[in-house]
Amino acid sequence: MSYIDPHIHMVSRTTDDYQRMAQAGCLAITEPAFWAGFDRSSAQGFFDYFRQLTEYEPKRAAQFGIQHFTWLCINPKEADDPGFAREVVSLIPDFLECPNVLGIGEIGLNKNTKNELIILEEQIALAEKYNQLVLVHTPHLEDKLKGTRLIMDALSASSLDPGRILIDHVEEHTVTEVLDRGFWAGMTLYPDTKVTPQRAADIIEMYGNERIWMNSAGDWGCSDPLAVPKAQLEMRRRGHAQASIDKVTLGNPKQFLSQSPNFKLK
Amino acid sequence: MSALKDVIGTCPQTKQQVIDTYFMEHRAKLVDIAAYLDRVDRGQGDDQKDFRATAFIRAIEILTDGETHRARRILNLLSDHTTTMAQSAEGMKGASGAVPLTDGGVA
Repeated sequence: MSYIDPHIHMVSRTTDDYQRMAQAGCLAITEPAFWAGFDRSSAQGFFDYFRQLTEYEPKRAAQFGIQHFTWLCINPKEADDPGFAREVVSLIPDFLECPNVLGIGEIGLNKNTKNELIILEEQIALAEKYNQLVLVHTPHLEDKLKGTRLIMDALSASSLDPGRILIDHVEEHTVTEVLDRGFWAGMTLYPDTKVTPQRAADIIEMYGNERIWMNSAGDWGCSDPLAVPKAQLEMRRRGHAQASIDKVTLGNPKQFLSQSPNFKLK
Repeated sequence: MSALKDVIGTCPQTKQQVIDTYFMEHRAKLVDIAAYLDRVDRGQGDDQKDFRATAFIRAIEILTDGETHRARRILNLLSDHTTTMAQSAEGMKGASGAVPLTDGGVA
């Protein structure tokens, strides 16, 4: 079965993972800019990271026939220092001209602070100014519900079309509000936090398969770059129609991402 | 959306097929939870009133209260429902997975 993994941090994964993903049917991935596991000491560190995302990773993915797309931003965890964050944000416009950049992401909140919210609003303004798609990170665990609502309020206060915004890492307690407010929703398949393939299938059964996708968000932590094909198998063993499986793992990502002129699936 | 009638019959499998497919997997998880609670009991030192342990027991009650949307209600119970915002994250710890029940929601 073919699929797109629309959220995975390949800079943290080995080349073997690209190979295994290709063998499992992966056609394309999109890689949002994120926290490296430690705070970078200068804006120059982000400049190098953005070059890695726009120049190096597409070539590494292409070795296995996988198309690589990316999103740029300062992630919420490093956005708590507004002065530093603004230095990083000022680097982004030049990179938006790179052919594999789809938009601004993954922006959002981490600990739901006022400083994080200021930089979130400034990056929302950047997306407005450059007419970019937006990929949103929602906070972890106990902070998710409050943070998701704060983020949606900030987005709704902008002129951005919610149909061009995907709010990621939804779970059972946030998915309905996200969809009801017109946004797209992403489910992240993690072994311990976020949702399992079984719960992702449950959510699709309860809330439908429109404006929703699933991703591995594979990174440097406990995560599984083959989570999406595993969720496909989970849906299949329950008896979901192949068309429905294809819709949430291939068709929906294509539909959302094709709103960017840079997304062209070969 | 809260009533069972909103989602009843949405799984392609019959109830019997769901049990046939998932019982063994969730039997193991159930025993894991029991062993975890035993391990806490067997731990050294005085009884702790850790907010996470308190929330965990409350969450278990949701499993057997006969109402549906258990996953959503447990996640709500374990969520921060305050409306205040700190200026900065400086000094804050990482996520703990639960909140003191005074900050948590009604499941």
